[in-house]
Amino acid sequence: MTSGLSRPDSPDTPGASRPEEGEVAPFDGPTLAVRDLRVHFPITSGFLLRRQTGTVKAVDGLSFDIAPGETLGLVGESGSGKTTTGRAILQLQRPTSGSVEFRGVELTSMSAAKLRPLRSEMQIIFQDPYGSLNPRMSAGRIIGEPLAVHGLAGDKNQRRERVAELLGRVGLNSAMMDRYPHEFSGGQRQRIGIARALAGEPSFIVCDEPVSALDVSIQAQILNLLSDLQDEFNISYLFIAHDLSVVRHISDRVAVMYLGKIMELATSAELYENPMHPYTRALMSAVPIPDPRLERQRERIVLEGDMPSPINPPSGCVFRTRCPIATEECAGVVPELTERSPGHRVACIKV
Amino acid sequence: MTSGISNNQADAGLESRHLLDVRDLATRFATAEGYVQAVNGVSFHIDEGEILGLVGESGCGKSVTSLSIMRLVPNPPGEITRGSVLFEGRDLQKISEREMRRVRGGSIGMIFQEPMTSLNPVLTIGRQITEAIEVHLDLKRASARNRAVEILDRVGLPDPRRRFDDYPHQLSGGQRQRVMIAMAISCNPRLLIADEATTALDVTIQAQILELLQSLCEEFRMALLIITHNLGVVARYAQRVAVMYAGKIIETGAADQIYSAPRHPYTAGLLSSVPRLDAAVGARLTPIEGEIPDLANLPPGCAFEPRCRWAVDRCRAESPGLIHVEPGHDAACWEYERVALDLAANRQRS
Repeated sequence: MTSGLSRPDSPDTPGASRPEEGEVAPFDGPTLAVRDLRVHFPITSGFLLRRQTGTVKAVDGLSFDIAPGETLGLVGESGSGKTTTGRAILQLQRPTSGSVEFRGVELTSMSAAKLRPLRSEMQIIFQDPYGSLNPRMSAGRIIGEPLAVHGLAGDKNQRRERVAELLGRVGLNSAMMDRYPHEFSGGQRQRIGIARALAGEPSFIVCDEPVSALDVSIQAQILNLLSDLQDEFNISYLFIAHDLSVVRHISDRVAVMYLGKIMELATSAELYENPMHPYTRALMSAVPIPDPRLERQRERIVLEGDMPSPINPPSGCVFRTRCPIATEECAGVVPELTERSPGHRVACIKV
Repeated sequence: MTSGISNNQADAGLESRHLLDVRDLATRFATAEGYVQAVNGVSFHIDEGEILGLVGESGCGKSVTSLSIMRLVPNPPGEITRGSVLFEGRDLQKISEREMRRVRGGSIGMIFQEPMTSLNPVLTIGRQITEAIEVHLDLKRASARNRAVEILDRVGLPDPRRRFDDYPHQLSGGQRQRVMIAMAISCNPRLLIADEATTALDVTIQAQILELLQSLCEEFRMALLIITHNLGVVARYAQRVAVMYAGKIIETGAADQIYSAPRHPYTAGLLSSVPRLDAAVGARLTPIEGEIPDLANLPPGCAFEPRCRWAVDRCRAESPGLIHVEPGHDAACWEYERVALDLAANRQRS
């Protein structure tokens, strides 16, 4: 099993689970640098003569960095492009244009084969912990497979040992190794998903709605676990979710997305204290706070209508059709994401 | 079913000054492992124009409670074993199926989480709404159509006159849910049961819908039962709250009482598990340890005891009923005084 993808420098000494020093090159820049990332999907019509009749701009010009050990939150409603962003960064969906540098290495031009050894360092945790675990594999095999694929844990016994260690680290009993996904609760399945991501000793994890499917009391357990793992292993997270309270809680900085674009990017504290973009303000006001006394005093901004179709987005600012402060000017200008105070960027010509 | 005594009591207490008065409702399901008591003696009431939040996590019995009220529990395997549901003075458990059909969608409207399974895929959305209006309000087709368009507009469906002839699959998830809501409110219900009705919607759409429902309560004195796991939604809209755990209401009271001074450890645990939008950066959540209980395998005493840090011997032996802790506020906890003191001390420290 281990020899399948062995690398020239994979450690022969059993038990050495960390790759060689040279493998993870010393690098003091951001873990992730994304520049002008675009993912456009063609819309085709016709049966025999297929021709492109339009484009869905799922992700349209995103730029941001994520520092080592930092969490960047990506919040947005359905259709905002947040999941596509995560997939494009990991090259699970090849971007149309733009650049994604992981620890200084450009990923967008890399072949699938070249990417493979890097994959252990860039992981993903999915929303549906059941759909993302193979029901025919035991928890031990699910977690052990990345170890085998990336040659990270020597022989079978060492792998079992490492799997037991990983299970313990995510708060599961190592005796559960031989159970199958259906024998676990939702929260436990998400812990298995986290252990699998952890097996590759990643420096970066895309967390795509990791707690959305879980009950409230279990959500907090998983959020705390993710924070602890970050502190322990200095992992960078891109935390994607629709729930602004959850995103704000776990993130150092938050990017608010709407129709494929970032509307506002700020630290978690700044975003709550000083939201500037009208969409951020509306989103914030729509999120109820579990405190009836406070709720009675809060300003309520109710947006009209739905998010427009990404097939035919509005000209100029994509938010202008629902924006309470939009004017004619907004239809003509695509607002740039500009810095208003250190680290606080906003894409709006009206604020 | 064996206790004739409790049935007699329900008969004797048929009078109620509340719009909806649920008393000692119990529903069980037959499973391979024996009977599972999904709802186990639930009592609550709602008045005209009032919004009650029924809160709980998956499997707590909140949805089965609403299905039991509407007599929509599939039988078999489900079975309502005791209790009464007094609505406008009548016991809905005792009326004929024919009378019940007039209540459903008429004076009691319902909205569920899954709009696709509640809409008929081969009828236009307009027809589905006008059908209900014609049956319940006895209007002619043309006036029913006008009313339907008006309501679709009210729930925020864009271009309702044109969308009237669309089929459910032509609408987005959010639009379908709005159609469901339009159907539910089209016949001026006295009570609307919203079972996770906005859970699948985006938060800005959720806000639109809930603001609309709240305005209906204010304008027409409609009562609203919001069934949800979302503590924020309940805090914003409900005047009173009932918290469910393992088939029972474990705490109930005015929203202010429940949120600012919970007495049941489960309620307190839920509140400290939720990330708040206004929380200080870096604040740590305090989760409830352990797992949601398996209804087929409940402990003999309090169902929350295995996850409770205040548990004492009595909790393991004897399940507590609701105890009156202050006016309008009940909690099912033997140790509620100690819980309240500890929580107050914690708040002072932070």
